Amino acid sequence: MVAVGLTLIFGVLRVLNVAHGSFFAIGAYTAASLGAAIGAAGLAPALALPALLVASAVVGALLGPLVERLLLARIYDKEQVLQLLVTFALFMILEDVQKLLWGVQPIFQDAPVRSLGQVAVGDIVYTAYQLYLLPGLALAVLIGLMWFLRRTLTGRLIVAVTEDREAAIALGINADRVYLVTFTFGVALAALGGALASPTTSLVPGIGVNMIVLSFAVVATAGLGQIEGAALTALLIGLGRSVAVYFAPEFEVVIPYLIMVAVLLVRPHGLFGRPQLRRV
Amino acid sequence: MTAPLLRARGLALAFGGVRAADGVDLDIAEGEILAIIGPNGAGKTTFINMATGYLRPQSGRILFGGDDITGLAPRAIVRRGIARSFQIPQLFSEQTVIENVALKVAARRGFWRAFTPLLDSATAGEAMRLLERFGLAALATARASELNEGARKLTDVAMAMALEPKLLLMDEPTSGVASAEKFAIMDTLVAALRARGTTAVFVEHDMEVVERYADRVAVWSQGRILASGPPGDILADPAVLREVIGVERAHAGA
Amino acid sequence: MAVGVRLAAVGGAVGVLAAAALAPWLKFVLTVALAKGLAVMGILLLLRAGQVSFGHALYMAIGAYTVAFLRPAVSELLVLVGAAAAVALSVGVAIGLFVARYRDIFFGMLNLAFSMVFHSLLEKLYAITKGTDGIRVLRPTIAGLALDRVPYEWTVLGFSLAAALGLGWLAARFLLSPVGQALAAIKTRETRLEFAGLSARNVLLVAYAASAALGGLAGGLVACTTLHVTPHLAYWTQSGELVFIAILGGGGSIVGPYLGAIVYELVRVYAAAALPDAWQMVLGAVLLGIILFASRGLWGLYEDLLVRRRARA
Repeated sequence: MVAVGLTLIFGVLRVLNVAHGSFFAIGAYTAASLGAAIGAAGLAPALALPALLVASAVVGALLGPLVERLLLARIYDKEQVLQLLVTFALFMILEDVQKLLWGVQPIFQDAPVRSLGQVAVGDIVYTAYQLYLLPGLALAVLIGLMWFLRRTLTGRLIVAVTEDREAAIALGINADRVYLVTFTFGVALAALGGALASPTTSLVPGIGVNMIVLSFAVVATAGLGQIEGAALTALLIGLGRSVAVYFAPEFEVVIPYLIMVAVLLVRPHGLFGRPQLRRV
Repeated sequence: MTAPLLRARGLALAFGGVRAADGVDLDIAEGEILAIIGPNGAGKTTFINMATGYLRPQSGRILFGGDDITGLAPRAIVRRGIARSFQIPQLFSEQTVIENVALKVAARRGFWRAFTPLLDSATAGEAMRLLERFGLAALATARASELNEGARKLTDVAMAMALEPKLLLMDEPTSGVASAEKFAIMDTLVAALRARGTTAVFVEHDMEVVERYADRVAVWSQGRILASGPPGDILADPAVLREVIGVERAHAGA
Repeated sequence: MAVGVRLAAVGGAVGVLAAAALAPWLKFVLTVALAKGLAVMGILLLLRAGQVSFGHALYMAIGAYTVAFLRPAVSELLVLVGAAAAVALSVGVAIGLFVARYRDIFFGMLNLAFSMVFHSLLEKLYAITKGTDGIRVLRPTIAGLALDRVPYEWTVLGFSLAAALGLGWLAARFLLSPVGQALAAIKTRETRLEFAGLSARNVLLVAYAASAALGGLAGGLVACTTLHVTPHLAYWTQSGELVFIAILGGGGSIVGPYLGAIVYELVRVYAAAALPDAWQMVLGAVLLGIILFASRGLWGLYEDLLVRRRARA
């Protein structure tokens, strides 16, 4: 999901958002805080689940437009290098903001997971969260996104700008507004990813980095701008990691990069990518 | 009869529904200057793109000096002796005019040296001579991005000439140049070409230029060659006049 | 080479030596700064081609760990540092063959990925690398002599300064050469380069390999100065630091990296002590400020100052 958000942003804005990982982390942290707050207020743990969604919505709605208007809008016509550096700088800032707001000690807020119980498949015990909720929700979001992109007007506008920016502008599409909406969506997706992942893992400074490198690996393997491809590739890579955990756990971290390098060696534009031909 | 320098047979390429090339057959003789005319969108630039390796034809073959160069990368084709200039000048915008030309000179010979300057006396001298020939000497130290359209066009062509190619393909070499200067530039260009025996092809919309400098004219229409022959014949041919020049007259004044 | 650059280089060298003489505890900071400046020069080469690598700490780490692994067998400083550069160069060529085909974000992130993989390996392969504890490096010998701390530190500082001046001069010449000029062509009109019969990939590869060697040299020097290597050397924040210094110093001149590195190290040592957890945030904010408002960095500001003074005269 994070990868899809990243692809969305790149496809439309042509800006690869290095800070994407931060949005993931912030989403995760926010969700954890909300969860803790709910627990502390003595409310039913089951409420923690919707809290996740709320967390991501909040992050997306707040940070997305803020970042886009203040920062990104200024650098659209600058060189690629500068754009990259700006998002990188943003990333550095957000990493420390995280540390300031939530501290450096690991946070573990797994109430939503616990509230759903466990399921046994064969001899492996999974949490219902892992087996049903997470994949189910992810799937629902992705299907929703695909429907949105294909069926609604806004969605089609986004796709149009992704495919051919100049033509879209020539047709009178308000590129600024599309950019804003897309970026906000992308951020929300990242935050949602973070929020959903947060109950399953302990949150420490640095999860943002791992996430951005990983999602980039997914995006690169899938091919830049390929929204559905990104989702598929994320799945593939996730599977690859699970297999690795089973057979050679120390190298589990390395798997996504090995896959990325292998794919790029054979197909330099990614599994689903199309080379962009410049007109001369 | 000596073999043609460039031979294209049955070239076809379609973009979506548009047939940019629909069975192009063309022979270009060594040493000749061929003009390509035709309305916009007829596939003239596409032909140049295929001949220089930028686009791969979907069917057909291109032979250069007897070797099959179909589908080769631009680098390989350039190394074989084909150079081109562009409709929209492709300059190294952050560098000066002389640096632009010098890079091409160095690419032709002596590029892979890491610690002697690009603009050493040999390379700079050669680049300067080329600039003088095109009347760009005064602009040698100007940044490419600051030039007017005409100067950019000329630099673009000079860069291609710097490679001393056997075949030079020029995409609208005089568009954007003031009418008063067109002939002067073409005089210099053609004299240089004749002196080296370089074969040249140029896409042109100005029929006066075509009439004056081309040995032969090929007329493009909808991805195919409608007719080819000496300028006198072609420019008088009623079919050509109707199909192409009727449309052309509207552009030539631009 | 511009007069301003030569003056700045000589002036800078004198300044560094003077500072080290007046405040002996600065030797350490200045040596590390010069080493980082070397690595940042490598980043500069790539920036000329419009590419930024977010993973060059990889090469510094390779250089540092090469020194750490070799030290038990080899004690001579020059040999150790030379080996560090050589190993980093080989890895750089291998990785470059793959990475130099890519541009922009791909290039930046592929490098980041490689460096993070290396970082993981350094942390996880405890048996070989001692994990996060790191490896202690015994003080190397200089021309066979085992020096005491103070003369040793002076020697390493002197060597770093010499390397900075020598390699800086070489790098400046490289940037004026056809290959160096072609780097700028990659940034502005790569297709035209192909149409000149040149392989952009190979041109970038040369710059990449050089930057890897510089990074390895820098890492080796750092290892010989701090006498302790840890996996953190390969972490993304270290790569980020290099990029930051490149922008801070300014990409317009070879002096930029060193100017940026010295300012950065001095500020870091003193300010990081004051704000340990807000450090990166400040860095990020400054980076943004520079990009948006002073895009030619410190060197650019210095050049503007010179122009203004000359205009007034």
